[in-house]
Amino acid sequence: MTTTSQPDSGGHFGPYGGRYVPEVLMNPLEELEQAYYAARQDPSFQAELASLLKDYAGRPTPLYFAKRLTETLGGAKIYIKREDLLHTGAHKINNALGQILLARRMGKKRIIAETGAGQHGVATATVCALFGMECVIYMGEEDMRRQRLNVFRMRLLGAKVTGVTSGSRTLKDAISEAMRDWVTNVGDTHYLLGSALGSHPYPLMVRDFHSCMGIEARAQILEQEGRLPDQIIACVGGGSNAIGIFHAFVPDTSVRLVGVEAGGRSLEPGEHAARFAGGSPGVLQGCFSYVLQNGDGQISLTHSVSAGLDYAMIGPEHAFLADQGRAEYVPCSDADALAAAQTLARTEGLIPALESAHGVAEALRRAPNAKGEVFIVNLSGRGDKDIDIYRENFKELDEPESN
Amino acid sequence: MNPSRISKLFARCRAENEPALIAYITAGDPSLERTVSLVEAMELGGADLIELGVPFSDPIADGPVIMRATERALANGASLAGVLEVARRIRERSQIPILLFSYLNPLLSYGFERLAKDAVAAGVDGILMTDASVEEAGKFVPTVRAAGLDTVFLAAPTSPIERLKQVAAFSSGFVYLVSRTGVTGVRDQVAGSAAELVEKMRTVTDLPLAVGFGIAKAADAAAVAKIADGVVVGSAFVRIIEGCDGSPELESKLESFTRELKVGAKAGRA
Repeated sequence: MTTTSQPDSGGHFGPYGGRYVPEVLMNPLEELEQAYYAARQDPSFQAELASLLKDYAGRPTPLYFAKRLTETLGGAKIYIKREDLLHTGAHKINNALGQILLARRMGKKRIIAETGAGQHGVATATVCALFGMECVIYMGEEDMRRQRLNVFRMRLLGAKVTGVTSGSRTLKDAISEAMRDWVTNVGDTHYLLGSALGSHPYPLMVRDFHSCMGIEARAQILEQEGRLPDQIIACVGGGSNAIGIFHAFVPDTSVRLVGVEAGGRSLEPGEHAARFAGGSPGVLQGCFSYVLQNGDGQISLTHSVSAGLDYAMIGPEHAFLADQGRAEYVPCSDADALAAAQTLARTEGLIPALESAHGVAEALRRAPNAKGEVFIVNLSGRGDKDIDIYRENFKELDEPESN
Repeated sequence: MNPSRISKLFARCRAENEPALIAYITAGDPSLERTVSLVEAMELGGADLIELGVPFSDPIADGPVIMRATERALANGASLAGVLEVARRIRERSQIPILLFSYLNPLLSYGFERLAKDAVAAGVDGILMTDASVEEAGKFVPTVRAAGLDTVFLAAPTSPIERLKQVAAFSSGFVYLVSRTGVTGVRDQVAGSAAELVEKMRTVTDLPLAVGFGIAKAADAAAVAKIADGVVVGSAFVRIIEGCDGSPELESKLESFTRELKVGAKAGRA
């Protein structure tokens, strides 16, 4: 297996990935790739990024042993990678810092980004404020409604949030709108894509900027447990937090890599966003990977209680890892994710982002039958942004007399 | 292999010093049935080649006008199979060249072997893939060409000369030059970058060159006809179709608008 030499020079992970864009964007993508490869080799770029990650974002994040949760489940020892502690509340800031430094290096003046749950939008708005760049965030109107707090945060940070009314008014439509902006303003604008998706070099670059999670977690678990973990569990929308924590462990073939997709209300078409449970390879928004589509090659609508996982395609490297049998992907329902969030809150005092709650739910399911094993769960974000959705779903806690 | 309908069109245009007027229409808007008669109207008005747009759920290269047309077409149940049926019905009564204009995924889903066979049977003459670079779509070109279909690729103002060479190498029939960066849609002015792109492209290929994106009126058509072999108009037609909301006058409106464009294009050569 040649998983470590992926992608090839055209950005392919096995058959997946690549560059499926209108010709207008081909040269800009080539320029971005060259700039990124140069930055990757440049010690001053890496030093500046490392310094920002440490002093501004708050890296390294702890690997926390969840003792009460472990005891409650009575099986595997569960460690939690605390990305929820990072500045802006999720892992997304890792990539946003990396890309803004790259954009500055390329002389770009204007930053655009898409956002689903708003975490990437907030991270992007944050780094734009930090570097004094113009910032436009595209967000589906449905997501603006369910993540109102993040919309306000972005605006407070000086970003312009543009609502997208096409299609399902969620992440997919926000990406299309951002691509239309980029295709039009490609000269002075950098598209700060927030997941391990899209055209080469994005899946590679986003993975690299997030690989610090896995590198840290690997050293931390070796220090705390004296051995590698048995399973690493992370939620997967596009797949940036998962690929970030998986990457350092890919060569460690004893470590099971578990990605958790949004199982939504059910696995009927349109009711979920579990690409490996109903999807097939296809092209969407610049990339070839597993995608939810109908028999005519039209992209399906998706649903998840979590806006950040509500997307029809999975990142190409995940498709490759799945084909290779190196990683496994399972769906988790809305209901299970919500229940897991409450369990984690009450046993560990950690309120997870709804996205991350999907990973937590899978750990809860697996742990009781895995006595003697060590799990790492990536807590990719905290739940502050989701309080309104939790309130809607735990109505009994929101009554005046509830206690 | 005999010259294709597309090659014959441009050979005739060159011989007669006439610009080719290329008309885009989103198939299935307002209905597949109606697309057949709309194409007939555009041909009567002087269109020389029809780009038959295959609706796709996520049209990243299109502006709002064609996006809305796509949504209407999909809501009315349009599919690639339906678009091929439209082509077949056009071909029953006309020899106008037909270019399928599609995002890649509906084609991938249909399968290129099957598509090439069925497209030829329907009387389609070529395929253009909006979101497929030569790097990725090159692998499909032999299958499409072997069936006798042309493959038309896009060239953009951002394409360096090496990319233009590649685009030309993978194209047959003609090359479609995008007049400016951006999505499809009507603009007040056709960008000056078009002329520069035409000039660069002429240094790497003898294929006919058509210019599109943002051409909406007779004066634009004239300006483009001065420098290129073909003038592509898309959103301006689709906007008329949208504005008419299926009214019976749609055909006559399209026909007269096509005629205006044709007169404009010819004036560019006068």
